[in-house]
Amino acid sequence: MEILQNLALGFDTALSLTNLFYCLIGVFLGTAIGVLPGLGPVATIAMLLPATFTLPPVSSLIMLSGIYYGAQYGGSTTAILVNLPGESSSVVTALDGYQMARQGRAGKALATAALASFFAGTVATFLLALFAPPLADLALKFGPAEYFSLMVLGLVASVVLAHGSLLRAVGMIILGLLLGLVGTDVNSGTPRYTFDLPQLADGINFVVVAMGMFGLGEIIANLEHEESRSLLAMKVGTLMPDKEDLKRIVAPILRGTALGSLLGILPGGGAMLASFSAYSVEKKVSKNSANFGKGAIEGVAAPEAANNAGAQTSFIPMLTLGIPSNPVMALMIGAMIIQGIQPGPAVMTEQPALFWGIIASMWIGNFFLIVLNLPMIGLWVRMIMVPYHFLYPGILVFCAIGVFSLSNSEFDVYLMALFGLFGYICTKLSAEPAPMLLGFIIGPMMEEYLRRALLLSRSDPMVFLQRPISATMLILSAIAMAVVLLPALRKKREEAFVE
Amino acid sequence: MSSLIRNQKDFWSGIIFLVVGLAAVIIGREYTMGTAGRMGPAYFPTILGWLLALLGMISIVRSLFRPGEPISRFAIKDIVMIMSAVILFGLLIRGAGLFVAVITLVMLSGFASTKFKVLPFLAVAIGLAIFAVLVFVTGLGLPMPIVGPWLRF
Repeated sequence: MEILQNLALGFDTALSLTNLFYCLIGVFLGTAIGVLPGLGPVATIAMLLPATFTLPPVSSLIMLSGIYYGAQYGGSTTAILVNLPGESSSVVTALDGYQMARQGRAGKALATAALASFFAGTVATFLLALFAPPLADLALKFGPAEYFSLMVLGLVASVVLAHGSLLRAVGMIILGLLLGLVGTDVNSGTPRYTFDLPQLADGINFVVVAMGMFGLGEIIANLEHEESRSLLAMKVGTLMPDKEDLKRIVAPILRGTALGSLLGILPGGGAMLASFSAYSVEKKVSKNSANFGKGAIEGVAAPEAANNAGAQTSFIPMLTLGIPSNPVMALMIGAMIIQGIQPGPAVMTEQPALFWGIIASMWIGNFFLIVLNLPMIGLWVRMIMVPYHFLYPGILVFCAIGVFSLSNSEFDVYLMALFGLFGYICTKLSAEPAPMLLGFIIGPMMEEYLRRALLLSRSDPMVFLQRPISATMLILSAIAMAVVLLPALRKKREEAFVE
Repeated sequence: MSSLIRNQKDFWSGIIFLVVGLAAVIIGREYTMGTAGRMGPAYFPTILGWLLALLGMISIVRSLFRPGEPISRFAIKDIVMIMSAVILFGLLIRGAGLFVAVITLVMLSGFASTKFKVLPFLAVAIGLAIFAVLVFVTGLGLPMPIVGPWLRF
């Protein structure tokens, strides 16, 4: 059993005292920041990224993954307790979770979320260990043409699955691709779009873009709806679900896990799509569907299982192909590049300890999540109570110091302010920043693969259609695009997102 | 003019795409184009630039026909306060040091809130400044002056 050997190697790495410590710190910090209303995983990870740069690669990625699940779980906590989902993937958790909290069953909702996440995380980690190696083997056979087409498919899929205007989402991707090209061209050494500024010679740091668009931009947008949040004098109630509850959540958790694992692998999918679909499926099949929206425990269990499973399996394309399927994975890839690791199928064979260490740490991180969060719920409740007007200056302080410390440059701080303004304008125009961040990370890779593919084919563009894998991916992209453009289906897609 | 535009969001995002796309193409003319088989630095950005400009055009044209929601008002005061707070942080961090920079950032950005009051915010600012110094300079050892050369006599 090779998989057991690999997992043993992974646990060996992840269970070292330092890595355990960073995993714990990551989960703790991630939850602490993620629980703050208005801060989703992308902003949380961007804020905490600079703290991981000084660590060795394995520890830093383990800590980042920990931050990710922590932030995800923290978001669910906020959704349940104050009906303020910090991120899109916990929007559906708020529907029934908040109702449960109002009925004095907050503790049960939180425990259900934790149990569902833990179970889903365990299954998804195992799936990851199972499917990553064959996928990486396949990816090793990919040439530049396949990679280019794969990226096209990934970007197209992220547009199809994004909500809001299709045109704007495509525009934001191309904008991101262009921004990613700023800096010195690796092949010719020509500085591009740098306006003769030496600070731009190495390109724009992705942390600056992420913090500006997701941190600053969000803050300005949130300030507009600054109301006093009505915090119910919070009684968490009993934590553990009783036998009756447990019986009711088993099936939803299983369904949520299956659906989430599947949808997480899709480009553009990840946690959000998973939790939305799990909720609507559950609503259709559950015997208790009349109670959905009124505090049904199934309505918490299914989407929570799905979003954690999706969060986990979205690591599959990132770790094996080096292609991000959502903005969080884009940040992970950025972090790997900073650590000097070129993401792609070679990571698994060249750095097995790193690869399997991350996978093992996912399970450990999920375990920490459950041990850490249930007893510490009192602390999280107090963190949620911090009023927003004291909170956002603190977020700004962390963003500013973090960005400054990237390369000790004031320029990055100014650039972050500029991206903040741009992010705010995008929010106003309902143009989502997430596709832009994806494009930004993929831009330079995409150019490189296009270049190599056409160099090898002696500038024959037909190469993309002559190679079967590449052609399949391009055809899939075309179908996906066509499907969304058809008016009848477009209406359905809009309805699905309204739901 | 504005009565012609039925979808403000489509119109303005179209303008942004068009301007950025054309800028990418025009600035890109300074770099070597190369051929498809031997791409110069201008090749890929020029393609993207044209694509983006085209999308912008479509979006602008569409905004004249398909109605959409109007754009909600811009919170100019909030933008100015937050932006200037962050920029001032950048200006102050080296010269005046981390402590002063953090306090300025918190006070100025806090002013954007409708709930701004001097004393409680000052308390938060000082608390955050001490925290930042302890965590980032003492703890993580980042090379930032606590009190900068401007304030040393």
